[in-house]
Amino acid sequence: MDLKIEGRTRVTAQQIIPFGLIVLLLFAFALDPDRGILRRVAPGLFWVTVLLASLLAVSRSFGIEADNGARDGLRLSGLDGPALFLGKAAAVAVQLLALEVVLAATVVLVYGIELNTLVPLILATLAATVGVAATGTLYGVLAAGVRVRETLVPVLLLPVVAPVLLGATRAWEAAIDGIPSDAWPWVALLAVFALLFTAIGMLAFGPLLEEA
Amino acid sequence: MSDDGTSVNDGTTLLKPQLSKLLGWLALASMIVLALFGLWGAPKDAVQGDAQRLMYLHVPAAWIAYLAFGVTALGSALWLWPRTRATVWDRVAGASAEIGVIFTALTLILGSLWGRPVWGVWWAWDARLVTTAVLFFLYLGYLALRRIPAAPDARAKRCAIAALIAFVDVPIVHFSVNWWRTLHQQGTVFNERLDAKIHGVMAFTLWFGVLAFTLVFFYLLDKRYHLLALDEDREEREVQAAIAERVGAVTS
Repeated sequence: MDLKIEGRTRVTAQQIIPFGLIVLLLFAFALDPDRGILRRVAPGLFWVTVLLASLLAVSRSFGIEADNGARDGLRLSGLDGPALFLGKAAAVAVQLLALEVVLAATVVLVYGIELNTLVPLILATLAATVGVAATGTLYGVLAAGVRVRETLVPVLLLPVVAPVLLGATRAWEAAIDGIPSDAWPWVALLAVFALLFTAIGMLAFGPLLEEA
Repeated sequence: MSDDGTSVNDGTTLLKPQLSKLLGWLALASMIVLALFGLWGAPKDAVQGDAQRLMYLHVPAAWIAYLAFGVTALGSALWLWPRTRATVWDRVAGASAEIGVIFTALTLILGSLWGRPVWGVWWAWDARLVTTAVLFFLYLGYLALRRIPAAPDARAKRCAIAALIAFVDVPIVHFSVNWWRTLHQQGTVFNERLDAKIHGVMAFTLWFGVLAFTLVFFYLLDKRYHLLALDEDREEREVQAAIAERVGAVTS
């Protein structure tokens, strides 16, 4: 449903993805591209950008329902909490993946890095994306219906996903350096994080939606 | 909770007033004793000199931070569990989290003051430091969530879930940060320092500090609980007064 709205409005395509690209450009301004700093810190910049953009995606995901009593509609839809949670989280995840593909291509082309070992890199990205989408959706519904939602969600979400940034960045670095053995523990950590928060989200989404 | 016959405080205090007062005096007395031992009773550290005396505050403060967040998680879980659901647990969780955030900040500040003379820096990217900083921000967010007005039950549910999420996240943060600092650079110099054996008066002072801070924690918890309860009571009365005013305006 969220993806259908996205198909009609193209907020992600026209606003969130360009936002990510601008942030990547700003990093180049801030860090002086000539000295090779960009290449060394590219994974970190990439994931910081994804996290910032994910705040927008989450905000959008729950902004959709803020008007016209759409949340009541959702509550009355007869779908149970876990299903609704999975639906919304999947929608956020798909949008983030689209963003990541564009950003990764940009990082490779513009920052001039090479992605060597693709398998751990892709798995780490998938697990990190699911983790961010799950926690984002969870905090999104937690703050839904609150007037200060836009400022509250970042304060709550960013410390919780700090391990995702850490893990995904290290996994990318290892993959870029061509040392997959260094990446696997991080992929495992990201997977645990994703599973854990998907489970919590499925349990908590229903009760939280009732109160929102 | 309070069955001592004082009608004013019904349900708004955690401990009986006499017990609370006793706890307060005990906490104060033990803090004075701790100060005496910490400043003069314990011998000067051979390596770190007087700076080491900060440990008598830093370690108990860190202990209280963990204790407080544990109590918050416990309170939240008890609130969420239908059979034990009661406003008491929501208030305990909120009061405890506030104390925890204060003591986490205190831990960071004291550690920083100690780190400057001993390590030569105010801050190091040591696993323990980073984890504590993330912990601080996790619960700062929780307190921000608590401040948002909502129907009591809705707010309690929301906060209880947020507290449990934060609690679950702490070990993940801990692991990831530990890996980060060990996979990439081998054991920083000061990692093992806290494991150094201490003896006699120094050990006594440290343990006594933990005891004194624990007393302070429970005293503060009781006071904060009381304030929260009074706050809620006042809000409720204001709502009732506003309703009465409206009704009065309509009927007259």
